[in-house]
Amino acid sequence: MSDSSDEVNAYTIRLELVDEPGELLRALHPIADNGGNLLSIFHERGNLTPRGHIPVEVDLEATPERFETIVEALRSEEFTIIQAGADRYGEALTVVLSGHLVETDLSDTLSQIHQSGNATVTDLSLSAPEGTDDVSSARLRLATEADAAEDTLAAIRDIAAQKDLCVVEPLTAGGDA
Amino acid sequence: MKVAILGAGAVGSSVAELAGEYGHAVTGLADSGSAAADADGIDVDAALTSKAEEGVVGSADPSDVLDGEYDVLVEATPTTLGDAQPGFDHVRTALERDRHVVLANKGPVAERYGDLRDLEAASDGEVLFEATVGGAMPVLSTIEDFGPDHITAARGVLNGTANFILSRMGADGLGYEHVLAEAQDLGVAEADPTFDVDGTDAALKCVIVANVLAQGEREYSLEDAEVDGIVDVPGSAIDLAKEDGRTVRLIGEVSESGAVRVGPRLVPENAALAVSGTRNIVQLETEHAGRLNVSGRGAGGPETATAVLADVGRLAD
Repeated sequence: MSDSSDEVNAYTIRLELVDEPGELLRALHPIADNGGNLLSIFHERGNLTPRGHIPVEVDLEATPERFETIVEALRSEEFTIIQAGADRYGEALTVVLSGHLVETDLSDTLSQIHQSGNATVTDLSLSAPEGTDDVSSARLRLATEADAAEDTLAAIRDIAAQKDLCVVEPLTAGGDA
Repeated sequence: MKVAILGAGAVGSSVAELAGEYGHAVTGLADSGSAAADADGIDVDAALTSKAEEGVVGSADPSDVLDGEYDVLVEATPTTLGDAQPGFDHVRTALERDRHVVLANKGPVAERYGDLRDLEAASDGEVLFEATVGGAMPVLSTIEDFGPDHITAARGVLNGTANFILSRMGADGLGYEHVLAEAQDLGVAEADPTFDVDGTDAALKCVIVANVLAQGEREYSLEDAEVDGIVDVPGSAIDLAKEDGRTVRLIGEVSESGAVRVGPRLVPENAALAVSGTRNIVQLETEHAGRLNVSGRGAGGPETATAVLADVGRLAD
């Protein structure tokens, strides 16, 4: 891993938001204003923390220097930061899942992948040319921690096996061409 | 060299036809029920004509070929799994007679590699099997030349039928069943394409590569491979891959840790691995020389026969 401060890394910030209108948007400003590139926002509505707050997980890309500025900016706005940057999402993975995606509860599939702990779904495209009752496909873009790509794929294979889905995996490390 | 050939399908027949051109005499040719055998060399044209017109290679018995005169036995009977019979016993008989064996049949090399090497060790004969991986492509001899120690991993497209189906689905947005039927009409896919589309054929080839790379430190068989085919890959999966600048190919790989896996994979559309049609490719990751690509025709009678005859030539040296 290079020490260069120009290198863009992926980071996760876990926040607790007060349940008030506009709080999520207010939390995203310090990220965008300081040069962070938002990858995904996981907003667990209805799942309140013991303190009655709403947990939010934000994945973003930034240089290490900018990331520090973002965290400082969030703190100065008095947001509760649970975790910042401890998970470094170093790798992007693309997989395609096919099968009865809708019937087997696609959102459950996605949250299972998320809960497998190593990955965040940053993008999703669905193709259901025969209608959602038939076989359809979804392309997922995932951000995983560096060196966790294999574990993430293994978790996806397990989930797909349970739901009888076909997984088209990316080539493994080193197989980029 | 005197060459006896077991198996008179596409590969066996082509070996018989081309052997003369490579300077070898064919002393026997057998299919499962009939044979032509002559210690001074059979009339290959007559045997192949008889096979085509009357369904028999000749009036001799297949055992006359196996027990007859030859320097090299070419085993080109259909690949069988598990005990790899009857191919394995053919190999055993030849080696116990201290004759060389060249295999086009993947069974003995993929399913009983250790047994095969033990028989070879006890014999004055050698066993070569270039034709079992990648048809005309010099995959195993390249590994041999580089030295298996200097190759860390291998991956590739090793089944032309599956690759034809995936590339047609990708190019024309056609469904799997449609393209499979077309492939069967064109003779690209066999009437029973199961081993091609379920990944078994590609897996056998990967297992053979894994055995060669492991140099006896670990023995692989089909059971050790994790295999997924292309039967469940819908057109929509390929469409989504294309939107992202990728395509889907059935990729077999032997990883650095020695894991053997075959399955549909996302491959960048312009990557060397994304060969189209029935073409095959193998990429070898070398220790000192980066990545090496070997690409070409991975199946077919004359194509596979050239690999068999290259092995026969190596044994003659």
